[in-house]
Formats: sequence, structure tokens, C-alpha cells
Amino acid sequence: MTKHPLKMTKVALENLFQKPATVPYPAVRKPVYAATRGRIAIEEAKCILCLICDKKCPTGAIKVDRPGKTWAIDRLLCIQCGYCVEVCPKKCLGMENLYSPPVSAKAMDVVNVPFTPPPPKPKPPPASATPAATPAPEAGKE
Amino acid sequence: MANRTVIPFGPQHPVLPEPIHLDLVIEDEHVVEAIPSFGFIHRGLEKLAEKRDFTEFTFVAERICGICSYIHGMGYCQAIESVMGLEIPERAKWLRTMWAELSRMHSHMMWLGLLGDAFGFENLFMAFWRVREGLLDIIEETSGGRVIFGAAKVGGIRRDVPDDLLARIPAQLAKIEAEMRPITDVFRDDFSVRQRLCGVGVLSQKDAYDLGAVGPVLRGSGVAVDTRLEGYAAYDRVQVEPIVESDGDCWARAMVRIREVYQSFEILKQVLPNVPAGPVDMKVTGAPNGEFFARLEQPRGEVIYYVKGSGKKQLDRFRVRTPTFANIPPLLKMLQGCQLADVPVIVLTIDPCISCAER
Repeated sequence: MTKHPLKMTKVALENLFQKPATVPYPAVRKPVYAATRGRIAIEEAKCILCLICDKKCPTGAIKVDRPGKTWAIDRLLCIQCGYCVEVCPKKCLGMENLYSPPVSAKAMDVVNVPFTPPPPKPKPPPASATPAATPAPEAGKE
Repeated sequence: MANRTVIPFGPQHPVLPEPIHLDLVIEDEHVVEAIPSFGFIHRGLEKLAEKRDFTEFTFVAERICGICSYIHGMGYCQAIESVMGLEIPERAKWLRTMWAELSRMHSHMMWLGLLGDAFGFENLFMAFWRVREGLLDIIEETSGGRVIFGAAKVGGIRRDVPDDLLARIPAQLAKIEAEMRPITDVFRDDFSVRQRLCGVGVLSQKDAYDLGAVGPVLRGSGVAVDTRLEGYAAYDRVQVEPIVESDGDCWARAMVRIREVYQSFEILKQVLPNVPAGPVDMKVTGAPNGEFFARLEQPRGEVIYYVKGSGKKQLDRFRVRTPTFANIPPLLKMLQGCQLADVPVIVLTIDPCISCAER
């Protein structure tokens, strides 16, 4: 069955004389796609420390500290599923299309959130409880 | 009468991507019997399902396997949707079909490269992986991930694909198909490839059926079974025919996979122009109450999902039988009587994914 014994030779010679298929990485970078799930980013000004992302994260990578007013993420634990982006009520979380840079030590990426909770409302009117933030049901788009 | 020796093969071995241990009973240079042992990477996923919200478990289901990830996520969602009686939007069904086929193509091309590597054909390995990169780009552009698509969701899909992008894909696929022809021709015609694969690890049609082989292993032995014919997602509206080879050797299994890649190009030609407009997901309320078996065709063969819920957010029981698990008994049969030097190639032809099998 060796009808064309030199088939691989042809492929190999073509490979030898064509440009490399890979890009010389640090010098040239491949363009990233808009859809690429790279890393989670936060617009801290919009965050209301609602803790929903902390509770919903499948790997527990996000830790929100309400009294300390910080939002923190463990980049090595994050699996880039984007679930936090979907459930964020204020849409302050987003998925960037660049990967997080390599690190030499495990550490949490901590962001200080400037949010100040509104002062508690005066008690008297019994019916008007502060409505809880509701997660948006539709898929989050960037 | 030659002496019998037992040679341990694995769990760490240069040709094995994942840990499986085989005790090979050798007589001269021939394998008389292979005794497997498992459990090096058991992850306890089935127990985890009882602790997670059923919608969140989709992320875990997608990560059962790193290569056929999408169909795992899709199978889990399909099982849950069937329990809850959800009819997902048409657009979601067609896009699921598209991703399932892209996933099959990239898995098969990775495997073809690995097979070349297993019998020492480094150049062929590189050629297949170079072409595969074009597919991974399409996958990343549409779903956001290279191998973990992250696009499955109970009730539809997690992200829509813009129509202009869908219109661009056929041209990219045509380019990949043209690049692929010369290297699959090498697989078909090359003397040294045929020397290493033809007549090696023969599994008869009866043995394949009796031992419960699935996927390309079963079809390579001449049994025409393809779960896509069940018509899940949009497969009931595209033309699919099982690809069958009759020889039952390593070469037949490779040919089944090569022809399946070309078949996937044909299926995508039917799918891409027909993706209807409309919503891609639906609101899911309540929790699954009941049980269901979902069967899907993975690149490696038939996968079975069993879910059982009792109206709680957590499932009562979750079970997945992956194709590698079903293909281990046929593998042990194939190994009987082969040369010791052919063992790595034969093990590779079932496309083993041990971490899937152990879950």
C-alpha cells in the first residue's frame, strides 16, 4: 500500500522551509479574543460588599471582608468560570481577556473597597424594609 | 516451555499521559495476560455532587475531563433538563451541537498526534498539533476557553455566539481541512505507519460487542453504534452516519477517528448555516425531582450520565460512566498475545483518559 512513499518527505520539506507556526512569545504576542476568559477584574467603586460572589464561587477563590472593606481573590484558585460575573448585582465584576501574570508565591489579590454602608433607616415605618439586591438571571456579557 | 515473567507497566511510564498500572505477564516477548490496577487519581466527584448546588455542579462536570470537557458539561445539563422537563431554546441546541463537534475534532486530532508520537513519528505528531491549533482558536473565539469551554448551563448555554462570528467559521474550517488532508494521507498510506499499526491489537467484532467496547474501539471492530443517532441536541436534524471499519486492529481505530474528523467537518457545514435566531437560555426555577439516564457520544465513545434528585438543590446521586472505563476490558483482550513493544501503542488506541475513568 505504499502508493506515494514520499508523502511524509513532502510534508517534512514544507515544514523545513516555512516560517515557524509558533510565535516568539515575549517579543510577539498573539492577539487575544474578546471572548477569552482571562482573569476577574473588579471596579471597586461600584462594589457594595454584598458577599454574593464570595458565596457563589465554586472554588471559594473570592473572599469578601465586610468589616475590613476588602474584596480579595486567590488567582491560583480561580478557575475562570465567570459565575461571579453573572451573579454580581452591581455588575462591578468583569472578565478580562488577559491572563493573570505568573507569580512566585501564593497570595491573595486584595482590593480595598470604598463602599460605606448607608446609615440604618429610622425604625417607625414597618412595611418598608430595605429590598435585598437581587442577582440578575441572564448571562453576563462583557 | 518458556518462563513466565511479570513486567510492571505504569503508573509512571514515558508513553502514558495518565497513571494506569498494568501487570504484564510475559512469555518470551509475548503478553499472555494483562492485569490492571486503578485508583491513583480518584477524585470523589460523585460524592461532591451531593454537596453542591445542582447548577454549580456544571462547572465540576465540565472539568471531569480536560479534553472532552464540553460534552461532559452538556451531558450533565441534558440529564438535569430531562429530569426537570425543560425544553431548551433551539439556538442553544444548535450551538451545543456545534461545540460538541468542535470538541470531537480537537480531541481526535490530539489523539492522532499522540499516536504518531507513541510509535516514534515525531514529525507527524507536530504536524497534527499544529493544525489542531486552528481549531482551538475557533473554540476560544466562540466560547472563551481553549479546552474548558465553560459554555454549558442548565437551561441553555452560558454565552451567545454573534452571527458574524458564526458566518466566519466555515472559511476557517475549510482552511484547516485543506491543511489536514496531506497529513492524514500520511497516516493512511505511509509504510512505517502501517507496519506499526496493521494487524496489531486485533479485537474481533464479537469480542468488542461482548466486552462492551464503546466509540471508535467498537466501530473499528465493525459494530455500527453511534449514540449521536439518538438525536439529542440538534443531532436529529443533521445527517450522521456511524463510521465503521472492519479490521479491528490499531490501524482501523485510527482510520475511524480520521474519518470522524472529516465527518465532523460535514456536520458543521450542516449546523453553522442553520443556527436559528432567538434566546440561548431560559429561566430555571425549582430543583430536579426524579431520575434520568443521559447517553451522549464523546470523542472517546459513549458516556452515560445518571442523576437522581428529590426536589432539593443538591442531587441525591450522580453517576458518570466514561468511555475509557468501558474500554478497559476490551483493552485487556487486545493485549493478549501482542508483542511487548506494541503495548504502548495498543494502550493508546483506546484513547485512555484515566482520570475520567476514576472520576
